[in-house]
Amino acid sequence: MKLAFIARRALPWLVPLMILIAWESAARTGGLSSRVLPEPLAVVKAAWALIESGDLWANVKVSAGRALAGFAMGGGIGFVLGLATGLFKPAEIALDSTVQMIRNIPALAMIPLLILWFGIGEEAKLVLVALGVFFPVYVNTYHGIRSVDRDLIEMARSYGLSGFALYRDVILPGALPSILVGVRFAFGLMWVMLIVAETISAQSGIGYMTMNAREFLQTDVVVVGILLYALLGKLADMAARAIERATLRWHPAYQTKAQS
Amino acid sequence: MNLIDIDTLTPAFRRVETHARAPLGGRDIAVSLRGVEKRFGERTVLDRLDLSIERGSFVSIVGRSGCGKSTLLRLIAGLDQPTGGILQRNAAARSDELQVRIMFQDARLLPWKGVLDNVMIGLPRDKRDEARATLAEVGLAEREKDWPSRLSGGQRQRVALARALVHRPDLLLLDEPLGALDALTRIEMQGLIERLWREHRLTALLVTHDVQEAVSLGDRIVLIDAGRITLDTDVPLPRPRTRTAPGFAELEEQVLSRVLQRGST
Repeated sequence: MKLAFIARRALPWLVPLMILIAWESAARTGGLSSRVLPEPLAVVKAAWALIESGDLWANVKVSAGRALAGFAMGGGIGFVLGLATGLFKPAEIALDSTVQMIRNIPALAMIPLLILWFGIGEEAKLVLVALGVFFPVYVNTYHGIRSVDRDLIEMARSYGLSGFALYRDVILPGALPSILVGVRFAFGLMWVMLIVAETISAQSGIGYMTMNAREFLQTDVVVVGILLYALLGKLADMAARAIERATLRWHPAYQTKAQS
Repeated sequence: MNLIDIDTLTPAFRRVETHARAPLGGRDIAVSLRGVEKRFGERTVLDRLDLSIERGSFVSIVGRSGCGKSTLLRLIAGLDQPTGGILQRNAAARSDELQVRIMFQDARLLPWKGVLDNVMIGLPRDKRDEARATLAEVGLAEREKDWPSRLSGGQRQRVALARALVHRPDLLLLDEPLGALDALTRIEMQGLIERLWREHRLTALLVTHDVQEAVSLGDRIVLIDAGRITLDTDVPLPRPRTRTAPGFAELEEQVLSRVLQRGST
């Protein structure tokens, strides 16, 4: 019983652990050149050195700041526009087909244009992140509002709800599961966009740190940078899940056994 | 969209209505329809319908599916507007507008609100205790914090009933509210509706395709077929009614045969 429990908890870690051991031993026996991939221990040491010098924290701060600012910008605009097209027919007619058309352009294809418009400074990075984040939030907000149960709206209206109260009590909560799906997608895209933006040109941030390390053949620092992106991406996803759990407690899919 | 629209659309009749508000020939009419017509494009769903509903009475409307009975209820509720004719809602003497609440076939509870908050929809915050009391009336006081997804179908309809009653409506419209329930829950709910109708002195209008339900609850049975009233009969049975009471089965049989008539011709 207890053994089975431990096995179940430990088993998912077995494969990563084995890869790590294989990696370390390959590096030690010289089968794996440190220019291709440094040994895991070296990566840990590099990370530690970066933490001690304060570079790591400073760069993470800059990158996270960019990501969140871009997310706030693109997500905010996407949410507001999604609300507008979802709630008001004239806005839908005027805007939706245009937005759907632009959506088909891969955001990364806009990079040359963005560099021409905004240079290689902070603005271009923010706009790129915002652009990537905008569409999932917009599409899911619009779709969420569109798919709110018409019967519930009719019921609420017949019970005297209208205007803001109708929006707050019925339409927004009904659209929320879909909006949060968009937010989760957007969190993922946020980091992709940021990595690309920082790799192209940056004077600070994780991307700058890794590109700089590449010039000096510091493979260990490059790996640290890659792992940092993975970690931050995971954190963003966990944050999105936490928001879902907190706001969708009413949803049968999120109800735990403790409540029954 | 809402109840006020109809009144503002027919200001002339509002004036007439104030005179008519006093019992006319001993009859106090809560809702009256004269030549009411509802068309969806080419299709006529209700065809010049005349119907008066006496205040305090329980009227059952029966008919096959698609006969227009639910449409009629939606017109009276003000959810849809008639394409022709006059629909009048006469307020009780104490107020200036007839308070109408509707109960649908599905409970239509907001899944993201707890049971008590669902009852509170459209109610000012300080009426919380009244909402609790009404929830107790339908026997769900101890479930006030639960999510609707935790309730059974019958319990959900009881919450919907409490939600309608807490507004102290004059007229309660029931659009096949028991249609989706199992037979036992149904009988239970019929008893509950009858009791609350009596205690709250409501005017009730029940749309159903179940003739037995219509006979056991209604003071009067109105049969609608193809948008017209084809039968309008009083139910002279004493309450509370049981299915074995003398006259019950005969009346049920009589109404049922009329409902089925169209199918045989």
